[in-house]
Amino acid sequence: MTSPIHDTSLEGLARGWRVTDASTLKANQNLECDVVIVGSGAGGGMAAESLARRGLSVVLIEEGGLLGASRFKMVEALAYPELYQESAGRQTADKAITILQGRTVGGSTTVNWTSSFRTPATTLAWWRDAHGLAGLTDAEMAPWFAQVEARLAIDTWAMPPNPNNSVLEKGCAALGLSSARMRRNVKGCWNLGYCGMGCPTNAKQSMLVTTIPAALDAGAHLLTRARAERLLLQGRRVAGVILAALGADGIRPSGQTLTVRAREVVLAAGAIGTPAILLRSGAADASAQTGKRTFLHPVVLSGAVMNEEIRPWQGAPQTVYSDEFLHRWPLAERVGYKLEVPPIHPVLLGTTLTGFGSAHRGQMRQMPNLNVMLALTRDGFHPESTGGQVKLRGDGSPLLDYPLTAPLWDAFRHAWLTMAELQFAAGAQSVLTVHEDAAPARTLAEAHAQLQALPDEVLRARVVSAHVMGGAAMGKDEQSGVVDAHGRHWQYDNLTVVDGSVFPTSIGANPQVSVYAFAARSTDALGKRLA
Amino acid sequence: MRADRRRFIQAGLVGSLLLAGAAWLARPDATSPALLGGTRFVNAQDAPMLAALAVPMLGLELTAGQREAVVRGVDAAVAGMPLAIQAEVRQLFDLIGSDWGRRYLALVKPAWGEASAAEVAAFLERWRTAPIALLRAGYQALHALINAAWYGQAASHAAIGYARPEFARRLFE
Repeated sequence: MTSPIHDTSLEGLARGWRVTDASTLKANQNLECDVVIVGSGAGGGMAAESLARRGLSVVLIEEGGLLGASRFKMVEALAYPELYQESAGRQTADKAITILQGRTVGGSTTVNWTSSFRTPATTLAWWRDAHGLAGLTDAEMAPWFAQVEARLAIDTWAMPPNPNNSVLEKGCAALGLSSARMRRNVKGCWNLGYCGMGCPTNAKQSMLVTTIPAALDAGAHLLTRARAERLLLQGRRVAGVILAALGADGIRPSGQTLTVRAREVVLAAGAIGTPAILLRSGAADASAQTGKRTFLHPVVLSGAVMNEEIRPWQGAPQTVYSDEFLHRWPLAERVGYKLEVPPIHPVLLGTTLTGFGSAHRGQMRQMPNLNVMLALTRDGFHPESTGGQVKLRGDGSPLLDYPLTAPLWDAFRHAWLTMAELQFAAGAQSVLTVHEDAAPARTLAEAHAQLQALPDEVLRARVVSAHVMGGAAMGKDEQSGVVDAHGRHWQYDNLTVVDGSVFPTSIGANPQVSVYAFAARSTDALGKRLA
Repeated sequence: MRADRRRFIQAGLVGSLLLAGAAWLARPDATSPALLGGTRFVNAQDAPMLAALAVPMLGLELTAGQREAVVRGVDAAVAGMPLAIQAEVRQLFDLIGSDWGRRYLALVKPAWGEASAAEVAAFLERWRTAPIALLRAGYQALHALINAAWYGQAASHAAIGYARPEFARRLFE
């Protein structure tokens, strides 16, 4: 049967969007424009619309392909290789943390779970006080949050949470802990639960269906399957960007090179990609902070078998959260964490569950009754939580070295116990801390005893991440940051960074709205400068 | 804690040296095994090893056809990775796929195609809980690839009670 759903990408191509799939190029190419934007995710998408609507000629670069709703078939085996960095298996240098990050037009916004939070006031206050970014007041940022929320239809989700999320809500209620319903960037959402495989109904207001179509309708030129190799640096200016066209497999360079010369260069390749481009280019940096202080919100997990079927793959994936342990301790004293639940699908579950053989298989067979809870730790505030460092492999590709330090293990341990308490309080039959040395516990006492003995070791504890921040941080001067408070590089007058790289710490919440708002603010300043 | 960390660092160094040496010994010679028909990464030496690992890893009895599907699923998963990661997976497969690596690092005597499920499971357990982080990383790579290869197939879903919403099947099939 033919899908009743519009494919906004195919429709745009049919009405004449300028889109070049670089993998089809047979010769080197030179392009010129007012602004070249590297990366089409939350930051690049926002920048593209804002600048194209000002009448500027914009070239938007994306390493992945241009897909649309008709290609989003709610199948993990199709989605992960097509839509994610490293087939959803990107890892830190020692393989201890697996990172979910988008690699397709729309970037991570095409595959995220729609959770929408403003930057917490405590995070902005920390940036003012500890990082000298005095201008980033609540009053300064509020209009930008309001603007992007209106643009992306961000509102409180009115439907009841799915049963997987209800476990968190019930657990919090039973223990007297606070919880709340999330806001989401959706319009006419079908409540399916497949946001992570690309929204098949265009309900998610990702960059793929909002700002990028607007930019392309306004004449922007999109280059897909092109990887930014390095910047053309000339004194205090960047003359443009050199790109490698990728081959049909989207992995190997085809051998063709594209050179895009521009008046202004905007980097939005994500907090691993952007520092890597700066490092490959040998960009000047008086702060010596490029690639450093990269944050992940390292996440630990707890599974629970519930008495009833909850089919945790169905329904909006994230709708309930608890900040009870995010704000409990002073930021520099103890690493706090935000509690949420992830959606559960067979590949994600099979690869994330610890153990193997019959024990693992037994847990897989309980999938319809399974709840999973996650704790997202707030890295970058405690003095011993300095995040990771983006380095370059011999072939120039980025590698994130992220050591898990003692304050994070302390937070993991606290979070595992909290999640077990919440799951038992919500009626769980058994709870499994997702750590190779844990086994299903029938009681809280049993879970507690197990937790005491679990070793703080990488590749035993399962640690994941879906948020990448920092590495080209804002600073009050060229000694303390890579870019200024409007994302403008301290060393290059026409280079602006508009992705999560600019954050001096992690956000302490799912970061998409923070990226949107800072990108909107920075590109507004850039647009005014060019006018 | 400090002693633990020191021991851990030492284990890491020893492990790195051991693996570097082993990788050198197990390095593919000029006549590397050929790819299987239709694969982009998995070769004729990898296939029996992956098939032997799949049964104890997944905790399932698998038919020959299902084992082949896992091997092809692993191929698809690795082929979608960046070249630097593919090179690392190649090192791992060459290491435990070689006679030397299988005997002295995996500690499995018979060829992979002839090893019992219990012998293979014992190898998986040794590496899962190894004090050397690199061996644990090797186990975790096998765990992720084999589980993704199996649970990425629609044919594996009914047994774990998973099904896409009814309308999705109508829409897409």
